[in-house]
Amino acid sequence: MLHAFSLGLVLLGLWLMLSGFFTPLLLSLGVASVIAVVWIAHRMDVIDHEGHPIHLTFRAFLYWPWLLKEIILANIAVARVIISREMPIQPTVFGVTATQKTDLGHVIYANSITLTPGTVTIDIDKDNLSVHALTTDAAENLKTGEMDRHVTEVEAHPKTDKSAPNTAPGGPAQ
Amino acid sequence: MDIVLEILSWGLLAVGSVFLIIGGIGLIRLPDVFARMHGAGIIETMGAGAVLSGLMIQGGLSIVTIKLVLIVIFILFTSPTATHALARAALHGGVRPRQTVTPKGKAPTKGGESSKT
Repeated sequence: MLHAFSLGLVLLGLWLMLSGFFTPLLLSLGVASVIAVVWIAHRMDVIDHEGHPIHLTFRAFLYWPWLLKEIILANIAVARVIISREMPIQPTVFGVTATQKTDLGHVIYANSITLTPGTVTIDIDKDNLSVHALTTDAAENLKTGEMDRHVTEVEAHPKTDKSAPNTAPGGPAQ
Repeated sequence: MDIVLEILSWGLLAVGSVFLIIGGIGLIRLPDVFARMHGAGIIETMGAGAVLSGLMIQGGLSIVTIKLVLIVIFILFTSPTATHALARAALHGGVRPRQTVTPKGKAPTKGGESSKT
């Protein structure tokens, strides 16, 4: 119910920002379409903590600036490799272990790896991600596990996860 | 104040364009499918991101800027998924990544010896 409500709020905000019209007819049409979308999503049973992860909002806002910094640094490193005359690349494929507990955490981690130039996730088998790295520097950087730790901090384990250790909320994040 | 914003905006547009060109060069120069994905990664993160940020400053506080922010968010969420789908499709289609450093112990892929071909 909470998820449906917040999905409706997000859709309403999106509609208002994108349309820019504020006449009563169009506003009521917008509200009607938002209600229709939420109802359809509810019937499709796709409104849950994975499809609409409101539980990690604040941590995500802490994570994005760090990811942005990593992306810029990796971009400069890969760009330097590409434009140098002898192109010093050492492509490797290696496995890294994801310590996240939920599928959503794995998705965030794998997508963060792919989003950083120089490393691409090419296969996922439960906790094991196969990563293709362009240079050994990029591979070493990922193997330090710093990104893994950050993603694990983002992923606050949802209530449905019973196997999670009973860490106090926000405890290990500080 | 205006001149600072103009310089910042055009600086971002120039940086983005440079990275777009470098990404294009990377797409051509890098040796195989998997390596070329890293070139595409530059284009969709730094290239598109910097150009769109520059345009956001040009747009100022308006509905255009909100739409540009949404475009950036959608690119950042969808492009790694597309790249991963491409890599997986290539892997399952039988393309083995060329490797210079052969992994010790168990190899995650069976491509150890195919790198000599």
